[in-house]
Amino acid sequence: MISLKNKDIISILDVTKEEILYILDISKRMEEEGSSDILKGKVLANLFFEPSTRTRLSFETAMKRLGGQVVGFDELGTTSTVKGESLRDSVKIIEGYCDIIVLRHFLEGASRLTADSVSIPVINGGDGASQHPTQTFVDLYTIKKVKGGLENLSIGFLGDLKYGRTSHSLAYAMSNFGAEMYFISPPSLRIPKDYLEELESRNVTYHEVESLDEVSSKLDILYCTRIQKERFSDPVEYEKVRGVYKLSKFVMDELDVKDDLKILHPLPRVDEMDESLDDTSYAVYFQQAHSGIPVRETLLATVLGAIQ
Amino acid sequence: MKKYEVSAIKEGTVIDQIASRSTFKVANILNIQGIDQVVLIGYNLSSKKLGSKGIIKIEGKLLTQEEVNKISLIAPDATVNIIKDSEVVEKFKVAIPDSIEEFLKCFNPNCVSNHQNVQSRFHVINKNPIRIRCHYCERHMGEDDIELV
Repeated sequence: MISLKNKDIISILDVTKEEILYILDISKRMEEEGSSDILKGKVLANLFFEPSTRTRLSFETAMKRLGGQVVGFDELGTTSTVKGESLRDSVKIIEGYCDIIVLRHFLEGASRLTADSVSIPVINGGDGASQHPTQTFVDLYTIKKVKGGLENLSIGFLGDLKYGRTSHSLAYAMSNFGAEMYFISPPSLRIPKDYLEELESRNVTYHEVESLDEVSSKLDILYCTRIQKERFSDPVEYEKVRGVYKLSKFVMDELDVKDDLKILHPLPRVDEMDESLDDTSYAVYFQQAHSGIPVRETLLATVLGAIQ
Repeated sequence: MKKYEVSAIKEGTVIDQIASRSTFKVANILNIQGIDQVVLIGYNLSSKKLGSKGIIKIEGKLLTQEEVNKISLIAPDATVNIIKDSEVVEKFKVAIPDSIEEFLKCFNPNCVSNHQNVQSRFHVINKNPIRIRCHYCERHMGEDDIELV
């Protein structure tokens, strides 16, 4: 019997294959059934120490659609952090005001520290360049939906694989399902060795390449990510790699790809994906964005024990 | 009588089988500059097991568990010999613990443990070669990344 009651959702490494499948099954039910009041009387604290629109709003919407309430902030300037308060003190105080915390922070490991500091459940809404597990559930839900399952897929990760936390989390998650992985990036943005070691320990077959056309014909899924300007300390380094990959309808027509290839992107995009791609059969990234609601409803409801 | 390349001590601790390149790192862990007693260091000695080894002999010193844990990360093959009346009364190999707290610094400058008043914590994922994972940011560190504090 799987129960996620009081479980912190910090890293995809903490979640078993069975728990992933359970979350995806409940998410499907949530999408079919729509709103309810199963979280009536519960309060979510949305603590966003770093800007976010999608993650913050989708958690807020998810909580409200299940009858719950939301408090929180989305910029550092309005918090006691600017007065020098430690993160641990801040969250220990805030836990008295709410039933669950969603935290986004610019420091890696901030969610783990929060979870270790409070007794209510904590969901990692993205910390630094580390993990972003709830986006991963959204990605998995979308892949399962468009491919009919998760087993034995070939998945390409394109773009910023050094700092792109959504790629890191998704690669870990897909290692549960026998995926063959292709990491496509410029040399300066290759996936860090840590992640490859973890994948090797899970017997994942992977390949590192620089150009998409070397591997495009093999892919069932192409997971495209933005090159994140905010993660570069040196603007010169950013300029060297920005725009290195540009997907468009024209590019896809030229590439040798499977007819049923699907392209995902956690959004926002900058110039790595042209709007001409949006109406092709490959594009599922808006569908992916909309899946954020049922998936986050599921995470809130299961860790709060409203669904068991 | 056995001839030693580094003279024997009467009472204290001998740390043997230190890979040569790690000898002075171990000496730093033990803060030997602050020790008043006799300290003998052998470096680049021949070793069947390691090829080239270091040895540190400290008169009148017993290691703490924390010192043994630190040495295990820098010199995983090291053995510790406790000497009394010029005889070895206890001998053991250092062992890398399953988790490490406090005396290591995460090498990731963006890790929360380097910015907040929080005790660092690592999980050992492989002992030989040593690989550890930060409890907070989950970054992996190897022997070259390890920085003792």
